[in-house]
Amino acid sequence: MTTLTTNGAADTSTEPPRRGGRATGTGGDVAVSTTSHTLLVIWSVVVIVPFLWVLLSSFKTSQEILASPFSLPAEWSFRNYAAAWTDAGIGRFFLNTVVVVGCALAIVMLLGAMCAYVLARYRFPGNRLIYNSMLAGLTFPIFLAIVPLFFILRNFGLLNTLPGLILTYVAFALPFTVFFLHSFFRTLPDEIYEAAVMDGAGEWRTFFQVMLPMARPGMASVAIFNFLGLWNQFLLPVALNTNQDNYVLTQGMATFASQAGYSVDFGALFAAVVLTVVPVLVVYLIFQRRLEGSVDKGTFR
Amino acid sequence: MTITLTSTPAGPARTGRRRRRKLTFDRASFMAVFLVLPLTIFVLFVVSPFVQALYFAMTDWSGFSPDMAFVGLDNFTKLLHDDVFLRAVRNNVLLAIVVPFVTIVVALAIATMVTVGGPTKGGIRGVRGSSFYRVISFFPYAVPAIVIGLIWAQVFDPARGLLNGVLTAVGLDGFQDFPWLGDTATAMPASMFVMIWGCVGFYSVLFVAAIKGVPAELYEAARLDGAGRMRTAMAITLPQIRDNVQTAYIYLGILALDAFVYMQALNPSGGPNYATLTMSQELYMVAFRKGQFGYATAMGVVLAVMTLLFAAIVFTVGRVAAGRAEGSARR
Repeated sequence: MTTLTTNGAADTSTEPPRRGGRATGTGGDVAVSTTSHTLLVIWSVVVIVPFLWVLLSSFKTSQEILASPFSLPAEWSFRNYAAAWTDAGIGRFFLNTVVVVGCALAIVMLLGAMCAYVLARYRFPGNRLIYNSMLAGLTFPIFLAIVPLFFILRNFGLLNTLPGLILTYVAFALPFTVFFLHSFFRTLPDEIYEAAVMDGAGEWRTFFQVMLPMARPGMASVAIFNFLGLWNQFLLPVALNTNQDNYVLTQGMATFASQAGYSVDFGALFAAVVLTVVPVLVVYLIFQRRLEGSVDKGTFR
Repeated sequence: MTITLTSTPAGPARTGRRRRRKLTFDRASFMAVFLVLPLTIFVLFVVSPFVQALYFAMTDWSGFSPDMAFVGLDNFTKLLHDDVFLRAVRNNVLLAIVVPFVTIVVALAIATMVTVGGPTKGGIRGVRGSSFYRVISFFPYAVPAIVIGLIWAQVFDPARGLLNGVLTAVGLDGFQDFPWLGDTATAMPASMFVMIWGCVGFYSVLFVAAIKGVPAELYEAARLDGAGRMRTAMAITLPQIRDNVQTAYIYLGILALDAFVYMQALNPSGGPNYATLTMSQELYMVAFRKGQFGYATAMGVVLAVMTLLFAAIVFTVGRVAAGRAEGSARR
């Protein structure tokens, strides 16, 4: 994590290069800077310590956990991890999540790009209506839709199946994707499109070989947001996917947590939390720069 | 009604420039596939459930039998006398007041410190090590909300939790076995804290990006005029990034009116004496445990109306604040 922190390019962008030492601050500056650092350090501690504590506890036996929240484990074993992965089914939930999120992400990116492209660059009656209803879909709480959705999926025979969940994920990630990419496709220059048509490319070819590749930065940002959003989705699977074999990670965790209380297998619970956090931690650290950039570019246009 | 509508550039102006072309097969097939495919899914799984919900809310449907009677607004009158639901509404209103406000204040404070909070000599910059603080504080955003809830449920645990362990270790023995989530006085504040903890990172990064868009000359001018840090934050930063704050407020409000994931992780049954019960939890309970689908959908309608109302209030307040700022600038 420390390697990432040293490249502080972003926070120097608004200022001229520093000259001379840092000791130019006045007495008031020192006081303010001390206060700022104290507050920021306190916040960082509040953020990090729970994670570290969970990591530590994940190696302890349940007796050790019950005995003291601070004690170190007598032996560092991965027994809890094995228990969480196989016995509690975290491994299976993990696999389900990868399948569901992977498929949903691929489909929603393709469909979203297609829809956004047509809405952004073609004029036809109903264009604004479609766009505005997408925006409305972004605002309305899913809770209003959840009961009818349950029965729609049941009528299609898709309730409690992974394809059903994938379709629902796609549908509810679509408005955000379209909204974000819409503004992106709008900024692409008309000349490129004209040139492609001039060279004899049809609409299909123009989209897939010219426009879509140009939208790659925007696609990447949306994909990251959609990945996190879908990976963390909770209500949709809990309501629409109640077959334990098809559980995704988030609902599996919730179920496991409520069972762990009875079986007093707290070590496995902590291990399961670590297993859930590590993949997103890895994704986060790899894409951290891009993610922060996307927050800026995308969400609040 | 829609949050983002006002901030998007008007559509037809740009599209209008393009000439209308002949409708060839290539073009027709392209439009058909590109529009029909996504829209089918959207209409089937998003639009139609919302529309159906409005009808179901006025029936006494129990879900698994095909017959349902149209009962008009009966469900809503019943809701007005449903003490548990009213309690949930109160909790949600409280959440919608406290969580967005505190989150935004903390996020703004962090963002200000890491961007413009640095020394008053030299260029406008943040405190040292600001990248480090940004990476750390943004991280909870990447963790599933349910896991955030589960982690904190363990931290708050009376006997083996980290919090009571720390408090008793520093000599506050009164907190021995104190049930943070099981006491009516602390359950709600503790839950709010968890939600704020989970949200601050994302919004501080958002505000960092917004503040970077403010011209540095404004800060330099304020400094020459002798404005202190607090004054600068209130008179320069806040008005300059007002749109971002407003949008953040609405997103956080939606989150606070939902709050399902967090509450489900911290107190699945609604907390001591329903202290942390939310509308979403009650809706889920009534629909999928009790099978009263019509009644539950009516709750969904209330939730949706409150969400839109919240957005409308934020917009109105934002507009009034904007008007006042302009007025004082002219004077």
